[in-house]
Amino acid sequence: MPEKPDFFLPDPEGLSPSPEGYFGAFGGKFIPEALVAAVDEVAAEYEKAKADPAFAAELNELMANYTGRPSALTEVPRFAEQAGGARVFLKREDLNHTGSHKINNVLGQALLTRRMGKTRVIAETGAGQHGVATATACALFGLECTIYMGEVDTKRQALNVARMRMLGAEVVSVTSGSRTLKDAINEAFRDWVANVDRTHYLFGTVAGPHPFPALVRDFHRVIGVEARRQLLERTGRLPDAAVACVGGGSNAMGLFHAFLPDAGVRLVGCEPAGHGVETGEHAATLTAGEPGILHGSRSYVLQDDEGQITEPYSISAGLDYPGVGPEHAYLKDSGRAEYRAVTDDAAMQALRLLSRTEGIIPAIESAHALAGALDLGRELGPDALLLVNLSGRGDKDMDTAARYFRLYDSDTEVAADAADIAEIERDAK
Amino acid sequence: MSGTVELLREALATAKAENRAALIAYLPAGFPTVDGGIAAVKAVFDGGADIVEVGLPHSDPVLDGPVIQTADDIALKNGVRIADVLRTVREAYEATGKPLLVMTYWNPVDRYGVERFAAELAEAGGAGCILPDLPVEESAGWRAAAERHGLATVFVVAPSSRDERLAKITAAGSGFVYAASLMGVTGTRASVGEQAAGLVRRTRATTDLPVCVGLGVSDAVQAAEVAAFADGVIVGSAFVKRILDAGGDEAAGLAAVRALAAELAEGVRKRA
Repeated sequence: MPEKPDFFLPDPEGLSPSPEGYFGAFGGKFIPEALVAAVDEVAAEYEKAKADPAFAAELNELMANYTGRPSALTEVPRFAEQAGGARVFLKREDLNHTGSHKINNVLGQALLTRRMGKTRVIAETGAGQHGVATATACALFGLECTIYMGEVDTKRQALNVARMRMLGAEVVSVTSGSRTLKDAINEAFRDWVANVDRTHYLFGTVAGPHPFPALVRDFHRVIGVEARRQLLERTGRLPDAAVACVGGGSNAMGLFHAFLPDAGVRLVGCEPAGHGVETGEHAATLTAGEPGILHGSRSYVLQDDEGQITEPYSISAGLDYPGVGPEHAYLKDSGRAEYRAVTDDAAMQALRLLSRTEGIIPAIESAHALAGALDLGRELGPDALLLVNLSGRGDKDMDTAARYFRLYDSDTEVAADAADIAEIERDAK
Repeated sequence: MSGTVELLREALATAKAENRAALIAYLPAGFPTVDGGIAAVKAVFDGGADIVEVGLPHSDPVLDGPVIQTADDIALKNGVRIADVLRTVREAYEATGKPLLVMTYWNPVDRYGVERFAAELAEAGGAGCILPDLPVEESAGWRAAAERHGLATVFVVAPSSRDERLAKITAAGSGFVYAASLMGVTGTRASVGEQAAGLVRRTRATTDLPVCVGLGVSDAVQAAEVAAFADGVIVGSAFVKRILDAGGDEAAGLAAVRALAAELAEGVRKRA
């Protein structure tokens, strides 16, 4: 390993969006006038930071000695027996500090926040992983921190709420709309408009208005760059497919990007099919959505015939989102990437399988990618080599998993909590 | 038929000639019901509003505070459709002959079809559109359609808008300029931002269009304060709140919005 590794690897030539923030027909900047100056400031500061060796040096140092990069690449042969005998390697973003890939982007944007002279950070969170990472960076940099989280998610990810509060962040439970990630983002935008002078909105995925899709992607590119190098060292070849789960799409974009020029590598995004795309209870935006505008950019969205956003559903709080990053929309339409939908049940089975065959408990989000890989392996056969992004660890999901697999000794408390959640979801309808 | 942009210009010119500010009211369509919403629009005109903005309720009203969010939720749960929004404009226009604008987030228009929406709004007798999350850079297609159909395109400017952007925005806009009095979402405030007067002054330096101020205004005293430096005063949440407070008593809600409009109409004539 080089003494001073480069983990920060901003946009390679030819893969940047247009100056207006478009990837083909998708992206742009659909924001209120009150936010134009702030969003432009983020873009300008990021351009300056990219050209400043001190920025890269500080971020690289943090990624090495705080996050713990490079993350491991783990082969999982016992798991792979169920994947048609294909060889399967996991990129272990779950081993990063805070337990997911989210820290990559958060540290980059926290440095930008400081450069802009802002003292307060706000963020949305679904599963709580982005919220925990943001609260962590704010503690590290001495920034005031407010996290918006849908009320439904604060219940199903109660452990992460406690983690954020332990780190000193204020967690606001959002009770509007479907009370999940989409509504948390709405509320964060409302806060930003009112407090933009001293506040940076530390956006957590590759969606939102330009420059966020490109900026967040750049901070995550390290995932694919490392994995590509590690896999070449270990196997002497590139994978047949790189597989990742897609909610907003940040871990998938981070993995995919290094492989875009490798035409022989299939890029496979796994979206949440919830109870099944055909039931209407899903969050498979690229599979079942249509082009529209949500949260500041044009991409695929789940919407009705008059442009009202429809309520998504997934067992995974982190994927329960009716939008998706515009670059994914572009990759889908160009055919460079493919997207398939994975049900709650398939994801939960994959979660248990990896836990029992390899001693690794994945996040439910990442389990969607694992389920996708099981199918792909069976399709491609024993000669296939698959790379899967294990974007996060599953500690936060133990309560959901325990209910799903009936792992608790007593069912009384479980039933009470389930009734609670059902009531909130009914109210939200 | 062509849209009624001329009616909008006349209403603002009349207010100016009378040495007062225009009163512009906002009410969401379909709230509390479609017919109730139409009656509310007629009531605020009756009370003294010069212009009404009809809101197109949206599932994700990112720029609205709790009051308008609640109204949008009620309207959407009742199944409000774009056809209902257009019917609101048509019936209020036919009954009053006054200018009505539609205020909407961009995605419903994008999805419905830009040309189709402009044509149908004009056909209903609408005077124009306010599209608060459509920045001027993305607006060329809409503006072309609006112009073809005789509709104004009202852009929002904010205290954070720099002078060169103000010039770019006002050059593209028509009807009037919507100056946001403060940095924030819709909702009533104890005081209207001090930034408003400065923003109006900076905006006027770039355009001859009337400059109307919205966000936070809820009573006659604030209306008079704003009328002292603006061409129009825009009031939304305060009207919606009166209907919410009436708690399902439609007659009481209508009386309350009519009374508020009358009070505000006096305010814009005082120019404190």
